[in-house]
Amino acid sequence: MFAFIVRRITQAVLVMLVISLIGFAIKNRIGDPVRDLVGERVTPAERAEMREKLGLNDPFLIQYGRFVKNALRGDLGLSFFHKKPAVAVILSKAPATLELVFAAALIIIVISLPVGMFTAIYPRNWFSRFTLSFSTLGVSIPVFLTAIMLIYVFSVELNWLPSYGRGEMVNIGGWQSGLLTLDGLKHLVLPSFSLASIMLPLFIRLIRSEMMEVLETEYIKFAWAKGLSRRRIFLVHAFKNTLLPVITVFGVQIGIMFAFTILTETVFQWQGMGFMFLEAVERSDISLLVAYLVFVGVIFVVVNTVVDLVYGLINPTIRIAGRK
Amino acid sequence: MFRRFKDSYLFYSFKQDKTAILSFAILMLLLVLGSLAPVIAPFDPYDPNSIDIMNAELPPAWAGEGEAQFWLGTDIQGRDLLSTILYGLRLSILIGLGAVGLQALLGILVGLAAGYLGGKTDAVLMRMADIQLSFPYLMVAIFISAIFQVVFGIGRYEQLAVPLLIVIIGLAEWPVYARTVRASVLGEKKKEYVEAARVIGLNRRLIMFRHVLPNSLTAVMVISTIQVANAVMSEAALSFLGLGMPITKPSLGALIKSGFEYIFSGSWWITLFPGVLLVLLVLVINLLGDWLRDVLNPKLYKG
Repeated sequence: MFAFIVRRITQAVLVMLVISLIGFAIKNRIGDPVRDLVGERVTPAERAEMREKLGLNDPFLIQYGRFVKNALRGDLGLSFFHKKPAVAVILSKAPATLELVFAAALIIIVISLPVGMFTAIYPRNWFSRFTLSFSTLGVSIPVFLTAIMLIYVFSVELNWLPSYGRGEMVNIGGWQSGLLTLDGLKHLVLPSFSLASIMLPLFIRLIRSEMMEVLETEYIKFAWAKGLSRRRIFLVHAFKNTLLPVITVFGVQIGIMFAFTILTETVFQWQGMGFMFLEAVERSDISLLVAYLVFVGVIFVVVNTVVDLVYGLINPTIRIAGRK
Repeated sequence: MFRRFKDSYLFYSFKQDKTAILSFAILMLLLVLGSLAPVIAPFDPYDPNSIDIMNAELPPAWAGEGEAQFWLGTDIQGRDLLSTILYGLRLSILIGLGAVGLQALLGILVGLAAGYLGGKTDAVLMRMADIQLSFPYLMVAIFISAIFQVVFGIGRYEQLAVPLLIVIIGLAEWPVYARTVRASVLGEKKKEYVEAARVIGLNRRLIMFRHVLPNSLTAVMVISTIQVANAVMSEAALSFLGLGMPITKPSLGALIKSGFEYIFSGSWWITLFPGVLLVLLVLVINLLGDWLRDVLNPKLYKG
């Protein structure tokens, strides 16, 4: 187990190095830190002096080393537009995205678990058939289209729910939260349902197929033979063993949801990290762009590593087999 | 050749499956509509002379204020929506197929090299694929296009949008191919015909491309359909974010984006029609992909 952990963590560090190298190369080749600091109205002589002072004439690898060292201290440079450290900008936008992902994850769990189990237990029921064919359709609808349709129906036509922004927020120790006010929650409904809609079909199918497999196993047959109640067999014995693979997939998919937040946040003008990223692209704010790249890289690597380690703990065959 | 195809298992199971036949028919229809867009479309949306801004935002012909010559209404610039959608469909299909072609080329080369040569080549190439695969492809595509847009500047980026999008989506999704090809090459490599080819002294490249590759193509075919659907979706997403096709030459995604800005004033048709077409295109490809996977699944079929 120890060797497995070491190998997995080395790999994670390696991935992070590659990502930071890509990020730094972008910054080094395209970005202009002098512009980020002083803007356009400075004489070429002063610029050259500043370049020298900032060490921008040093060899690539030395500069890269400095970049990594600073990054480890949480310093990813200044955002040209916001005139603030890029990390601070990202962190100020993170709560919005995290709340959105959290709400979407909650919706996915609450809907997919019962529906997935139902379709596994009664595969011939009309509701199960309907859900399955609908889930094929669901995979084919892009998230931004779902979002637009929801906006059209619920805010333009029915005028029930707000279509953009986060609404009224409460500040809890620097964390701008929209979860505690009625207005904030109303604003959260459409974005979180749109975000959840991409993963729902996948999870319903996953839970269904896992559960159906479990229901075929010997120990479930034994439980029937023993005369246990239906409820106990489905909810206690089958359900538990369905959960294991579902949890691991869930871990990875949460990471993937971050990619889709860029789309959802654009549609709903949700002031999160994805929205900030697109603004940074429009403004050619290279430092912020690279900082976002590294930040998201860290999130993914950490999530993937933790999921793998947890899976290794639960399922020993992975550990022994070692490399995939 | 045709005879062989007609008697094949593939064609037999196609005839048995109504969903597959229907999907195939719709897909063919869309492909024809897309590729013949310049012939079929009543207007040329790229020709500034045919556009009159006074016609902007007209609803479909059957709605109250619609005009008969614009059957599906007009978009915000006064272009006939039907023509614009047909041209957009053409672009979406072109980019989707192009991107999958590039992915397949890259992926097959990498997968074949990694699988057949093994050793260090395998370790390096597959580690690269692993790293990229640990990020969602949409994220990778968004990053690459963001960087391209900053490098090229928005003006040039929009000019070169079609080839750039093909490159972006191709680069974002090749690892899927590389992995699939590698896995099936590893399976083929151990078989006797490869050993025989080696014994009679054929050179390595010939064995790789003429003998191992053709036998590994079933898996490629199965993922290709799904990948086309993915590529079309990615293109739509990128265009929707403003990182893809410009509004002067809109793909389906870019049309949806332009319509979205006007949905609050009630102009639903600019978003809805391209949206429905996009969903239909992706849906039939996905259905065909599912069918193909079930039929060609090597585990079930070859035994």
